[in-house]
Amino acid sequence: MAHEHTGDCRQIFAALSEYLDMTLPVESCADLEEHLKDCPPCIEFLNSLRQTVSLCKDCDPIEKPEPLPEPSRDRLRDAYQKAIAARASG
Amino acid sequence: MERDQEIEITRRLLAGDPEAFDRFVEHFRGKIFNYSWLMCGQRDDAEEVAQETLMNVFENLGQLREPDRVRPWVFRIAKNACLTKRRRSVFAPSKEISLDQLMPVRHQEGDGFRLEIADWTHLPEDEAMRAELKREVQRAIRNLPELYRPVILLRDVEGLSTQETAQILDLNEDAVKTRLHRARLAVRKELDARLRREQTVEA
Repeated sequence: MAHEHTGDCRQIFAALSEYLDMTLPVESCADLEEHLKDCPPCIEFLNSLRQTVSLCKDCDPIEKPEPLPEPSRDRLRDAYQKAIAARASG
Repeated sequence: MERDQEIEITRRLLAGDPEAFDRFVEHFRGKIFNYSWLMCGQRDDAEEVAQETLMNVFENLGQLREPDRVRPWVFRIAKNACLTKRRRSVFAPSKEISLDQLMPVRHQEGDGFRLEIADWTHLPEDEAMRAELKREVQRAIRNLPELYRPVILLRDVEGLSTQETAQILDLNEDAVKTRLHRARLAVRKELDARLRREQTVEA
């Protein structure tokens, strides 16, 4: 009757991100791992969430900005040089 | 560029190195563009947000005391620039998604149950398919309620800490954790639907 504890599954479901981020308090972490031991559906779900997070982290921009127009770059450089001058004199 | 390289470039920028200026602009312009494109959904707006943010960054460079804090500092400015640009549903409250909506469907099977989810143990390995999955991730992020979008962008895409994200968005850390979890679950759900469609075709 390993998988009848649906209430537990729900509780575990709410804590999975913190578990993956390793920010779950030690005690809750132990409870969660105890549950995972005999709940393959929760393990399967956790794996899908782990892969999702890794895809998000690995998600390079697909859209890139147009090359920066020279007048815009000049305005930025002016602001930068003023800031550096202010630092030097301040 | 890794975060430690970014900090090093910022140190050189603050020391007045002109080469560091170009690298800093190149690096952060891409990042801010990506953030605001996913936040506002408009290419023109994203270009403008990037330019306005960088302008603000340089005008206020004197306030950046610790180069280590450069990424959260820049994103705080970018977030504010983004808020002035958003066009859609400014006054519409952004809906919370309940955890129940994000839990997979379960089927009773013998003594236990089976989840209705894709097979995540064999994700596509070839480059074209990986690229397609990443596009799906970006689509899913863009479709998130506005409440969740900045949290997943800052925490997972930009790799900022819970504390840094909380400071940028004026939230407490618990709210960041809750929203991040729901954002990830919602993205997972969209990817799962996509994978299942593909796996059904293959089968």
